[in-house]
Amino acid sequence: MIRLQNIEKVYRTSTIETLALNSINLEVAKGEFLSIMGPSGCGKSTLLNIIGLLDAPTRGDISIGEQKTGHLGDRELAAFRNKKLGFIFQSYHLINDLQVVDNVELPLLYRSMSAKERKQLATEALEKVGLSNRINHFPTQLSGGQRQRVAIARAIVGRPEIILADEPTGNLDSAMGNEIMEILMDLNRNEGTTIVMVTHDENMAHKTHRLVRLFDGSQVS
Amino acid sequence: MLRNYFKIAIAVLKRRKFFTFISLFGISFTLTILMVATAYIDKLVNDPYPDAKRDRSLYVNKLEQKMKDGRQSGPLSFYFLDHYAGSLKIPAKVAISSMSRATNTYVNNKKIVINYKYVNSDYWDVLEYDFVEGKPFSKQQIANGEHVTVISEDTKKEYFGETGSVVGKYIEADNVKYRINGVVKNVPVTAYQFFADIYLPYTVSKTDYKDKAYHGEYIAILLAKNEADVPAMRKEYEQMISKVPLPNKDITKMYSHANSYLVSYVNVGSEDTSGIAYVITAIGLFALLVMLLPTLNLVNINITRIMERSSEIGVRKAFGASSRTLVYQFIVENLILTLIGGLIGVLLTFIVIRVLNNAQLIDNLYLTINFTVLLYALAICVFFGLFSGVYPAWRMSKLNVVTALRQNN
Repeated sequence: MIRLQNIEKVYRTSTIETLALNSINLEVAKGEFLSIMGPSGCGKSTLLNIIGLLDAPTRGDISIGEQKTGHLGDRELAAFRNKKLGFIFQSYHLINDLQVVDNVELPLLYRSMSAKERKQLATEALEKVGLSNRINHFPTQLSGGQRQRVAIARAIVGRPEIILADEPTGNLDSAMGNEIMEILMDLNRNEGTTIVMVTHDENMAHKTHRLVRLFDGSQVS
Repeated sequence: MLRNYFKIAIAVLKRRKFFTFISLFGISFTLTILMVATAYIDKLVNDPYPDAKRDRSLYVNKLEQKMKDGRQSGPLSFYFLDHYAGSLKIPAKVAISSMSRATNTYVNNKKIVINYKYVNSDYWDVLEYDFVEGKPFSKQQIANGEHVTVISEDTKKEYFGETGSVVGKYIEADNVKYRINGVVKNVPVTAYQFFADIYLPYTVSKTDYKDKAYHGEYIAILLAKNEADVPAMRKEYEQMISKVPLPNKDITKMYSHANSYLVSYVNVGSEDTSGIAYVITAIGLFALLVMLLPTLNLVNINITRIMERSSEIGVRKAFGASSRTLVYQFIVENLILTLIGGLIGVLLTFIVIRVLNNAQLIDNLYLTINFTVLLYALAICVFFGLFSGVYPAWRMSKLNVVTALRQNN
């Protein structure tokens, strides 16, 4: 499903060159739930961003499904992300000015779809994460766990094949974290969604199918 | 999609009320100034009272004489206009009038300033003054040198107070009594070619209207039979000027033109520098300056506003918005903002124009917002919206997703 070949990421400033990722080779199968662990600054998030086509590697190739992505331009990348990928962030990144339902609709805005259909799908996604009674609230009126569930609803509303989660439980207490984890595992089990999750939490990581560890930009296991 | 943009635009406006206030204030205030200014210009340029036949008229306001060591430019003599312009074949009528001059008169020990203007009989035919009572003085009365006059409504009110008909009564100006023949509706002073408090026959002028000097204090309107004759009439006038003998050997060349109303109205330059170019440049520069400051201000505010939303930009990009879509979104938002500002501006303009009309800063000048002005306003709003939105939107849309998501939560 996801194939990374010899991925390298170098950050350059005028005085210093930092190797953030060093020849990463990784394959994620369809329907797999993979977690990435490692100390702060080891390159986990960079790797996830590269998989999510949010950042370009300095060297190396990424294929998602059958699609090689190296040559895609801004609009093609945007369209590709829109169809294939869903993102969940540690700090939720909800738009506070919009109601929950409008936040969830967001990915559908970039598809040709009627307002009615969008609302329908957003409501369904919110039902899946157990928030159908909160659709007209604003994010600031919700708890952290609820916000992350809204973020999950937003990530799944477009039925992407892959979900990329960057420390989805990092800002939550363990009870709420477990709740979120349950939802992700359900998604993976019932819908066959491929999930790649960056985490600090060993417990969470052990619930996934496979664990990849990074250290100083290199894959160590 | 648009509904969604509208929602977020309104939400963003509500979020930073002070910024919103500054933006809206800048837009609406600028717009008000521009709209009042356009209403004013529109009034000056397009007001059909009293010269309703403007499309078949040409205006002669000055004669320029070039000498070896300089030039002399100004209105013409009655003799010149009557003798030369009056002998042209194409004009059906030639209205000749002096530039208005002020004199004092006293009513019950109260001083009144009266602007008077000498006119010929064609003047009343070429221009369509509204007579509220009486009628113009006749050709015969002019020829007889009768002391008759046509006065403005304001003068009637000031001189006689609120009263019935004043036709046949006498008004005194410059120690001469004139019998009133008619009363006309007021003309604003800005229509300087037609403005006066009292209109008198040129034959009662204290300066000798038979004097053959070319310069004097008179201007003329040449009226063609129909619009199609206007270019030929202009040409005939030019040809006539080229044939007029130079008055003395110091003068090397003479210029005088029969111009359209607008050109004659702004006729401030000399032969080498066109007045209309000056005026258009001046108006353009003024409008540009008035609009530049709020636009820069808006660009600035927009950058700050959009910066605050870097998380939103990141998320939208992650979920499939291309840079182009984002630029589009921000521009639409900005247009919504400027159109709201525009709406407030239009309301403000109505209020300002009402206040100005009531205050009568310029006597008898009544401004109106018309369709043209509204159209201008709309165009200006769109200009604001695009100009102040495109750059910040473009800049922010180029923001790297990862950076955008990192910047704030």
